[in-house]
Amino acid sequence: MDISITREKERRSNLLSKFKLNKRTAPYYFIAPAVALFLLFTLYPFFRTILLSFYSYQRGSYVYSGISNYQRLFSDAIFFKALSNTFTYLLIQVPLMSTLSLILAVALNSKIIKWKSQFRIAFFLPSVTEMIAYSIIFSLFLSDKGLLNYLLSILGIESIPWLVHPFWAKVSIMAALTWRWTGYNMIIMLAGLQGISDTLYEAAEIDGASKFQQFLHITVPQMKPIILFSMLMSTIGTINLFSEPFILTKGGPSNSTISLGLYLYNQGFMNLNFGYASAISVVLLIITAVMSFIQMKAGGKDNGGL
Amino acid sequence: MVDSKNKIKTILSYSIIIIGVIVSLFPFYWMFIGATNSSADIFSFPPKMVPGKSFMKNLSALNEQIDLQRVIFNSFFVAITYTIFTLALSSITGYAFAKFEFKGRNYLFGAILLTMMLPGQATMIPLFDIMKAFGWLNSYKAVIIPGIASAFGIFLMRQNMLKVPDSLIEAARIDGCGEFAIFYKIVLPTMRPSIAALGIYMFMAQWGNFMWQLIVLNDSSMKTLPVALSSLVGLSRVDYGQVLLGASLSTLPVIAIFLILQKQFISGILGGALKE
Repeated sequence: MDISITREKERRSNLLSKFKLNKRTAPYYFIAPAVALFLLFTLYPFFRTILLSFYSYQRGSYVYSGISNYQRLFSDAIFFKALSNTFTYLLIQVPLMSTLSLILAVALNSKIIKWKSQFRIAFFLPSVTEMIAYSIIFSLFLSDKGLLNYLLSILGIESIPWLVHPFWAKVSIMAALTWRWTGYNMIIMLAGLQGISDTLYEAAEIDGASKFQQFLHITVPQMKPIILFSMLMSTIGTINLFSEPFILTKGGPSNSTISLGLYLYNQGFMNLNFGYASAISVVLLIITAVMSFIQMKAGGKDNGGL
Repeated sequence: MVDSKNKIKTILSYSIIIIGVIVSLFPFYWMFIGATNSSADIFSFPPKMVPGKSFMKNLSALNEQIDLQRVIFNSFFVAITYTIFTLALSSITGYAFAKFEFKGRNYLFGAILLTMMLPGQATMIPLFDIMKAFGWLNSYKAVIIPGIASAFGIFLMRQNMLKVPDSLIEAARIDGCGEFAIFYKIVLPTMRPSIAALGIYMFMAQWGNFMWQLIVLNDSSMKTLPVALSSLVGLSRVDYGQVLLGASLSTLPVIAIFLILQKQFISGILGGALKE
């Protein structure tokens, strides 16, 4: 009998020691809080969004409605407007900004330039500006009697309806985005440039390659993973675009600047169509996944892609 | 010949850079100028480019519209608390991923990285429902807690923790140091630069966080500065001197922090890849 009690005690203490903090158990304890938070606030909402997209929100409760939200999406002109606006931003603004930031990074990496770190700070500042402040500044610059039109009037150019004309409103949003994020991407590119070994350029110099050839055949290929990373981040940012159209144009005029993010907000939190907004979220998710996949694929295995 | 070619290159490079700097910085200058001018001055022809005399008037007008003290406190409280929690969680999780072997480690880490690409807006509606169910709407909790497990933070800390020598950790173990003590007393102090960099990053990100705060904070005493400002812009008659003062106030803290700590920030975020 004594023996069985001791055994029982031993078994218990073994069980306890299994959960004691040691080299083997420590990592589980260390990651547990983060994993729990991810499950609750990321993974669960992720699956819930997909589920909710098959429901409609009526008088305070969710009612199963099959694929009706998706059917509605396919005949929703505003949704397609938001989709095409997002792709317009992706096709024009992201490459434009990436090129601009690469040019600036190359210029700032040049040995002949002084005060590099001061310039770097100046370029980086727009990206730390608080979102609302930045949107307010741009809405004032671009307003009918704003600074930009004043400058144009000095040059004898007629004022441009920046925020109230469908075409110019898009241009305005892209200009604002470019102002905010070029410096940020430039810093990332600069880090990449400084990782390229000088010997590559020296060898090319000896072979008689011009600066432009060196840029094309050394800088760009060596920078591929960095360019890829910065474009991927910009793409995800653009797909998520919200604050700029929200503050600058409210998505107008006639939805010419509405983004998927803003449309989602309008449907979900203004019209309380939570089910329909969830369907928009799912589309947002799919586009992000597809775009990320394409860009990773384009990068190739050697460049940090797939 | 070579000299004149170099000269052209130098001039060209400087021109690109100087134009860029002006474009980058002018809006800040203009915002601060605007904060000291009246709405009429801001839209005068030609526009005023020097400080005006309306600063105090703008300040009291702004204070009438929004409880500045309260709103600024909210912004600081939310950003600082969020930063502390995120740093604690990112560093201990990053440490586990960098320095331990355990079942499913790579899959789990991959899954966390994938959430970095997940658009935040896509999960906003269920997250809002959770907040409602928890009774967290219009509380600091709703702004702070859902985001403290940051995939980016964990990733960055893991990358930097990889550099900690294993021998240091083993030696501490042999000396009988407990696992948490090893992390807290030995590994964490070596991580100071990374923690500083991530801290600045998180503070700035939370300070400028807007859409989520707009959704979960409706009570005027709970609003953060950006959310309060956005409600001003929505008014039918906007006093721009006052709004630009608000914009300046919401931008100054991040600019100040960035300017003071920019070196740690840039090199820390880029993993020390930058050299002078």
